Amino acid sequence: MGASPHTPGIFVDRKWGVVVLRLEKRPTPSKFWLYATPPVAVILTMIAGGCLFAAMGKNPFEVIRTIFWDPVFGEFAFYLRGQLLVKAGPLILIAIGLALGFRAGIWNIGAEGQYIMGAIFGAAVGLAVFPTENRLIFPVMVVAGAFGGWLWAMIPAILKTKFNTNEILVSLMLVYVAETILAKASTGFLKNPEGMGFPGSRNFSSYPAAANPELIAGSGLHWGGVAALVTGVLAYILLTRHQAGFQIRLAGQAPRAARFHGVSPARLVVMCMGISGALAGMAGLFEVTGPAGQISIDFNTGYGFTAIIVAFLGRLNPLGIVLAGFLMALTYVGGEMASTNLGLPDAAIQVFQGMLLFFLLAVDVLTNYRFRLAVGAH
Amino acid sequence: MTRPELLRVEGITKAYPGVVANSDVTFSIGEGEIHALLGENGAGKSTMVKMIYGLVRPDSGQMTLRGAAYTPSKPAEARRLGVAMVFQHFSLFEALNVAENVALGMENPPPMRELAARIRAVSEEYGLPLDPSRMVGDLSAGERQRVEIIRCLLQDPKLLIMDEPTSVLTPQEVEILFKTLRQLSSEGTAILYISHKLEEIKSLCDEATILRRGKVVATCTPRERTAREMAELMVGATLKTPERRVGAKGEVALGVSDLSVASPIPFGTSLKGISFTVAKGEVLGIAGVAGNGQDELLLALSGELKASPDKVRVAGHAVGDLGPVERRRTGLVAAPEDRYGHAAAPDMSLVENAFLTAGVRKGLTKNGFVDWAGTRKFAEEIIAAYDVRTPGPDVAARALSGGNLQKFLMGRELMQGASVIVINQPTWGVDAAAAAQIRQSILDRAGEGAAVVVISQDLDELLEVSDSFAVLNEGRLTKPRPTEGLTMDEIGLMMGGAHGMEVAHHVA
Amino acid sequence: MDLGGINPVILIATLMASAVPILLAALGEAVVERAGVLNLGVEGMMIIGALGGFVVAVETGSPVLGFVGGAVAGAALSLIFALLTQVFLANQVATGLALTLFGLGVSSLGGQGYNGIKPPATGQLLPDALADLPVVGPILFGHDWVVYFSIAMTAVLWWVLKATRIGLIIRAVGESHEAAHALGYKVNRIRLMCIAFGGAMAGIGGAYVSLARVPQWVDGITAGAGWIALAIVVFASWKPWRVLIGAYLFGGITVLQLNLQVAGSGIPVEYLSMAPYLITILVLVIMSAGRRGKANGAPAALGQNFHASR
Repeated sequence: MGASPHTPGIFVDRKWGVVVLRLEKRPTPSKFWLYATPPVAVILTMIAGGCLFAAMGKNPFEVIRTIFWDPVFGEFAFYLRGQLLVKAGPLILIAIGLALGFRAGIWNIGAEGQYIMGAIFGAAVGLAVFPTENRLIFPVMVVAGAFGGWLWAMIPAILKTKFNTNEILVSLMLVYVAETILAKASTGFLKNPEGMGFPGSRNFSSYPAAANPELIAGSGLHWGGVAALVTGVLAYILLTRHQAGFQIRLAGQAPRAARFHGVSPARLVVMCMGISGALAGMAGLFEVTGPAGQISIDFNTGYGFTAIIVAFLGRLNPLGIVLAGFLMALTYVGGEMASTNLGLPDAAIQVFQGMLLFFLLAVDVLTNYRFRLAVGAH
Repeated sequence: MTRPELLRVEGITKAYPGVVANSDVTFSIGEGEIHALLGENGAGKSTMVKMIYGLVRPDSGQMTLRGAAYTPSKPAEARRLGVAMVFQHFSLFEALNVAENVALGMENPPPMRELAARIRAVSEEYGLPLDPSRMVGDLSAGERQRVEIIRCLLQDPKLLIMDEPTSVLTPQEVEILFKTLRQLSSEGTAILYISHKLEEIKSLCDEATILRRGKVVATCTPRERTAREMAELMVGATLKTPERRVGAKGEVALGVSDLSVASPIPFGTSLKGISFTVAKGEVLGIAGVAGNGQDELLLALSGELKASPDKVRVAGHAVGDLGPVERRRTGLVAAPEDRYGHAAAPDMSLVENAFLTAGVRKGLTKNGFVDWAGTRKFAEEIIAAYDVRTPGPDVAARALSGGNLQKFLMGRELMQGASVIVINQPTWGVDAAAAAQIRQSILDRAGEGAAVVVISQDLDELLEVSDSFAVLNEGRLTKPRPTEGLTMDEIGLMMGGAHGMEVAHHVA
Repeated sequence: MDLGGINPVILIATLMASAVPILLAALGEAVVERAGVLNLGVEGMMIIGALGGFVVAVETGSPVLGFVGGAVAGAALSLIFALLTQVFLANQVATGLALTLFGLGVSSLGGQGYNGIKPPATGQLLPDALADLPVVGPILFGHDWVVYFSIAMTAVLWWVLKATRIGLIIRAVGESHEAAHALGYKVNRIRLMCIAFGGAMAGIGGAYVSLARVPQWVDGITAGAGWIALAIVVFASWKPWRVLIGAYLFGGITVLQLNLQVAGSGIPVEYLSMAPYLITILVLVIMSAGRRGKANGAPAALGQNFHASR
């Protein structure tokens, strides 16, 4: 009742005022569009991205095939498929943590910093006991990594609960601080004493007790990938079956109703920021002990930011995020292929990922609204 | 007495997806006439006036203003042609001052200093004192309405539309408003007065058009009809008044003593030294004009606002420092006024909304995991018991009409077997039949021994359901008195008479 | 008077120039937020402005046209945000983040081939006779036109928001979109225009980085200035003159820590370079803590989308 025609509309023909495309709220969210949004967004991005690649003088079909097809089915798929899991692991792990917060309306966008701090804390523990060999070392390092990320996320969380400070800005500022600490770590307190003065820590690949090797040769699966998949399932159960998951969803959709239900906003902030920080920290630890191998100045590669796209692409749903993580990993791995084989600049892939998020957000309107052609009086 | 015709509405139809808001509506208003548009919630009154004010365009039909075709495409055009409107909700800006609020509703406002002088002049002329430099957020509901009225009067309107103006006023303030309106009418300004309060219409209006489900069902001269006749035209059925049970009161179930809390709401009203008790089987009605601390009182009782332990006691247990979950466990349930976003999450299903408050008392969690099957069963029970019209328990709460959602939410609290029930605005925006049903179930629960607190701005409703009666005024609660034998004048005085009118006497 | 080798006159003169990018961007964002829109894409709009300004200035040889190009580029990018949030009703936080990620990518892609080029200089506006005066010369008269423009914009926006009808309408829309709609104001259209203005301001701010501060094209040249600008808007309680104070404070800290690094103060370089961020956090805490639970001056409808369906 009471709907007005003065809604944001797209005028197909303004002069005649005859045909108007108008947004109208659906009484109940559309199940169809909830699931259809990501694939539609991917297709739209491929079209728009194709245009971009064509404008850059590349053959769009070749580029799209190189990015989306070759890593999985192409000539070098045996190697690249493994790379998919290597890239998808940290993205999924971080994105699931972020999604829990986003669902609750808590915007941790400093996962990159928590990822760095997790790597530093975990690596520091491992390097402190070098060269002791003990089966407990790696598990303790994982805990230390999670703790490092958690601690870094607690700063914005506590400031928000105690002083009502904006967590978006604080968590982001802390990324820059973490990057400075990383620089200090790789040139100072974690520097390899036998590294002949080069920056960077000892390499974990030569320290078996603290390393995170591939579990099945050629699969790309290391403990980080295992953790990502397990976390996906656990987070899904948490959100759909557990009271805490209900409270997270409720707080995001209707904060006052959440307080009425009995959720303490402060506890929720601490919980969500804590989980996302710990997961990002773990991802950092798995990365530094596995694929990266050591703490170095350029250790972080933006997983913490890309994970934001992954979280939205997966509809903030843990199982969706697992799929989205693989898709995003595909753009990374395929993008590298396109870069070496076709000379596509790396930045083009970044633009491509940004477009994907735009299209997703735009198409998302169809879940709760529908477009309707209004004919006749405006 | 015949008056020259000012506005004529002919065959107006307006449909929204799934609802026909107005169907072939025709009526006319003479110059200087006070014309009532009467109907239940959802009868199409608001849509009708939005079309006259240019906020909504009709699908078909026409309007003429002084004989000329009248098709306002936006409110600015309506205002230019002499049509002004005082809204029921949502047209003031709390963080802006009175003069700025007035300026926003004018086409070509004069400079602020001049405008402030004109606001003072007009407000004195019509007996509506107002300080142009005050922040609107700090004004009482009655004073806010004055801002809107003065905003309209400054533009010298030919037709003034008033949407449910008295719902936020004390009885004394209503009298002052009516005096102003009669003065305007005698000066030749026509007034389109929207209401569902029949006594008011009888005392104020010259003519009435009655709407039911979007259609005109009758036109009449209110003075010549009884309120009952008009009510039946409006509702289309004879109404049952709820049956009162007679029962002895039991021991005190809810005790509040000297409760003071600061308001968490911007521009809210803090509670100051609230004390009352409610016995088993008793219904305490708390009246008061909107914005006098009703929301805060609900929050303080539900547990969303905490105080020191012994300020609030349920069955003798100190619960003042407990949150909503623990209070529910001790037997207290609460129902806030705002359905969309506070009492319910609009985008969640009815099942999830059932779990929102019933999880504790209905035992719907096990080791922290939600028993969704059990919750669904409870939701279905509510739907059946309270005759909630819905395709099923899985639809989003926002898909239900206001009345149906309210029935669901009332059922959710009333079916938990609680010993203390607190409800803010049980029938706000609900049609008469559903309202009667809700009131009946409140009385039934009290009959079974529950202590009930009903906070409402509808005096008739409170007089109908409550055993004792108190008024919330600027965050303070009057001493509860037995409802029987209270007169309207006494209630008006309890409500603080007319807010801010002292200034008028000084000026005059 | 020298403080450990740091000349306070030079320090003040330098901080005024170094604050320009965040001042302009924060002023624009303050208007956007006053209208009830939270655009977290400032960083993206700034860097696109930095690139747009640089490219136009290099290609035309005119720094003034360069700043116009920066404004157009920033506004163009902000229109994507406007389209998504005002027409498609997308979440403002997510869309703002997307805008930043996208802007960083586009600028890095479009900036290839512009590395190592020197843009035409944006010189001192007033004659040397004035600029060479002792003390007041460098502080008041020694700047390029953009510095004066940024101060003028502060005054203009203060006046517009406080005393004009358009300012009143912007504040009204940000305070309650329902009420504004009921009075017949086109909420989404007004917001759209504010967003475009904010984009243009961020774009000019970005252009100042690549044309005057650095001045050359480097990937990721804005280095978080957009985020600082967002923090300053909160610090300033959405008031233009306080935005100026915040930007100058931040500019001062940045310049000071750079000077200390050069002067070799003995404080490790890492701690100095993280100082601006830590101090920003500290200021946010102090500002937020002071008005906890009260009406904090934030526009009431900030971050909420409007759809006139109910």
